[in-house]
Amino acid sequence: MYGRKVKLRFIFLLLALIILSLSTFLIIKSLEENVVYFQSPTKIKTLPEIEKKKIRIGGMVKKESILVKEEEVKFIVTDYKNEINVIYSGVIPNLFAEGKGVVAEGFLKDRNLFLATKILAKHDENYMPPEIKKALEEK
Amino acid sequence: MASLIGFYSLIFGLGLSLFIIFFSYKNFKSSNNFDARITTFTFLQLLLVVISFIGLIISFINSDFSNETVFNHSHTTKPIFYKISGTWGNHEGSLLLWLLVLTLFIFLFLIKSKKQDKNYRILTLLFQQVIIIGFFIFIIKTSSPFNYIFPTPKEGLGLNPILQDPALAIHPPILYLGYVGSSVIFSSTLAATSLNYISKEWAKHIKIWILLSWIFLTLGILLGSIWAYYELGWGGFWFWDPVENVSLMPWLALTTLLHCILILERKLLFKSWVIILSIATFTLSMSGTFLVRSGVLNSVHTFANDPQRGLFILIFLFCLIFLSLFIFFFFHKAEDKREYNFFWLSKESSIILNNWFMMYFLTVILIGTIYPIFLEVITSEKISVGPPFYNKLLIPFLVPFLFAMAIGPKLKWVKSDLKDKLYLIIFLIISLLISIFIIKNFNIDFLINTILVTAAFYLFFITSRDFFIKKFNNLSQNLAHFGFSLLMLSILLNNIFSTEVITNLRVGETYKSEKIEINFVSIDKNNIKNYNAITGNFKIENIEGDMDIFKPELRIYNQPNIVTSEAYIKTNLFTDKFITINLVQNQDYFNVRYQIKPFMIWIWISVLLITFGGIISVFKRHEN
Repeated sequence: MYGRKVKLRFIFLLLALIILSLSTFLIIKSLEENVVYFQSPTKIKTLPEIEKKKIRIGGMVKKESILVKEEEVKFIVTDYKNEINVIYSGVIPNLFAEGKGVVAEGFLKDRNLFLATKILAKHDENYMPPEIKKALEEK
Repeated sequence: MASLIGFYSLIFGLGLSLFIIFFSYKNFKSSNNFDARITTFTFLQLLLVVISFIGLIISFINSDFSNETVFNHSHTTKPIFYKISGTWGNHEGSLLLWLLVLTLFIFLFLIKSKKQDKNYRILTLLFQQVIIIGFFIFIIKTSSPFNYIFPTPKEGLGLNPILQDPALAIHPPILYLGYVGSSVIFSSTLAATSLNYISKEWAKHIKIWILLSWIFLTLGILLGSIWAYYELGWGGFWFWDPVENVSLMPWLALTTLLHCILILERKLLFKSWVIILSIATFTLSMSGTFLVRSGVLNSVHTFANDPQRGLFILIFLFCLIFLSLFIFFFFHKAEDKREYNFFWLSKESSIILNNWFMMYFLTVILIGTIYPIFLEVITSEKISVGPPFYNKLLIPFLVPFLFAMAIGPKLKWVKSDLKDKLYLIIFLIISLLISIFIIKNFNIDFLINTILVTAAFYLFFITSRDFFIKKFNNLSQNLAHFGFSLLMLSILLNNIFSTEVITNLRVGETYKSEKIEINFVSIDKNNIKNYNAITGNFKIENIEGDMDIFKPELRIYNQPNIVTSEAYIKTNLFTDKFITINLVQNQDYFNVRYQIKPFMIWIWISVLLITFGGIISVFKRHEN
């Protein structure tokens, strides 16, 4: 028969293999569950159905569209082709302003209304979501 | 003028590399002693890079706007401190700093390694020169900090105000010392591999470099985290943002390496593993620079950037990885398997276990960080991976990790048993009881939180006990592990007990809830050199009737025209009270965020303790 050492090494290898495949499975599975997709207003208009998953939308804040109330903030995100209304309550980052780029995370209510749970701050005042940049360059 | 000197210093610095390589090659072939001229040339190269760097600093101080970098990132009304820190607050300057640290470390290495073998020293220098030349070319070709603008502009564009902050002024240099410090580990490991020089003595000599780089990296991450806490106004200290992840990944690799080198030093085991980890640490540091600077990352921190630079670093990175893998496979001789002779319950196996966990954490973070990039390239779908992903995958594994960390150091080398270790069980019961007592009063997920807090308390008690039992025998390790347990405890308790109120208020209005009353009394306006400040006066009364006055501030910078929130934080040993305000353009409502964050200060203190562990280890080494 095989010696004790060979057996031990075999068990060790088997264990390593099991752990490896298990953790790969775990990682991939939670990636699928926790990934947040990024959409532009134009893309949202063409979505076949409204999912309940969390998404991010990006675009420019439309001029003269911000309205602050006690409980919430309303504004319109545009990519210069299509627009979407956003309702948000929470922390507003400093660089959030009319005519500037914005990325918001939250849930779609319908194709015209987005309920945001978070507005992301950008370090750079010249930041523009890449798709908007593209859209502007095409103009 | 200063820019001109700076630029030519860079060119000559690159030229010196040729001399260094030539003399090194000659010296390598001959059987003479180490050629002192090589050290001289290395020193000259360092000097030239220092001159170039000082040239850039002077351009910044004098607001010389004929220099493009200065024009893009400075302004005459900026305080002198931030003019200087603006030097490395941008892409070009920060790369020059990279180069400076690269040349500094190799020079220090040469003068500190005189007892080592001649050929090993020369080869280390040569590998480092490969990296240095790469960065010289990168800087001169794609991101020179000394580009001219004509006609000279009257005024600069100014530094992003959120970077105008003391913590962030010193954060890049410290972080880079850690990042780039790993280059010496990388070069010397490659040199030692090709010369088959890896031995216990080598491990002892390289350990100090690993420690140094680890200390700086830890401090650098801490500073960035503290800055994010008070300056970004989010009140958190870690956001699993790609930019943060790329600094955590080399840290994990470096920490693993630090543990492995201990085994190598004592038992001459895990040679291959040490080599792989050294390569991984530096590669991860470089990829970090690549990912942050190229703009491929979809990060909330996104800085302005240029894809051509990214491509250069990417190609350079692949060359280095290829080179190191080549050396690893062709020169590294497999270890004698008989050496692997230890029982499953021993210090060796506990360190292996630690490595496994660390590699798992590293893999999760790596996948979470680069998966979005791959997906975008392949399907052009834009995604982001947020905290839930990391929490779900990392937290469950933290529990066995903490237990292993508590028990591992108690084991002996080669073979150990658990006799006379009744206290391990007693402490477990105590920790469990305390955790249940703490958690049961709160309406939160009971099971997972109890287990987590138990594990953290367990490590906390066991490492605290060591301070008394071991009489500071192994103080550095003890302190670092104790610090880590404190870090875990404070993070957990902070997460569990933090509360916050977010509301929009006009001046004079009051927010009321069952627990708290926030009264927005008034605002003051002030003009300061390069910004206007709006200070809000708040009275906040909690349920016990304690009243506090808070003065959060809004700064409207003149150039560039950006608003930043300055958080007002009341800190004591138990809790931080944190308030920020923000004003939306053309609206009379202020966005107010008030947070109560328990044990915040202990998060910073514990990381400092961990770092002190490393520092003590450096000094202990020196005495021996």
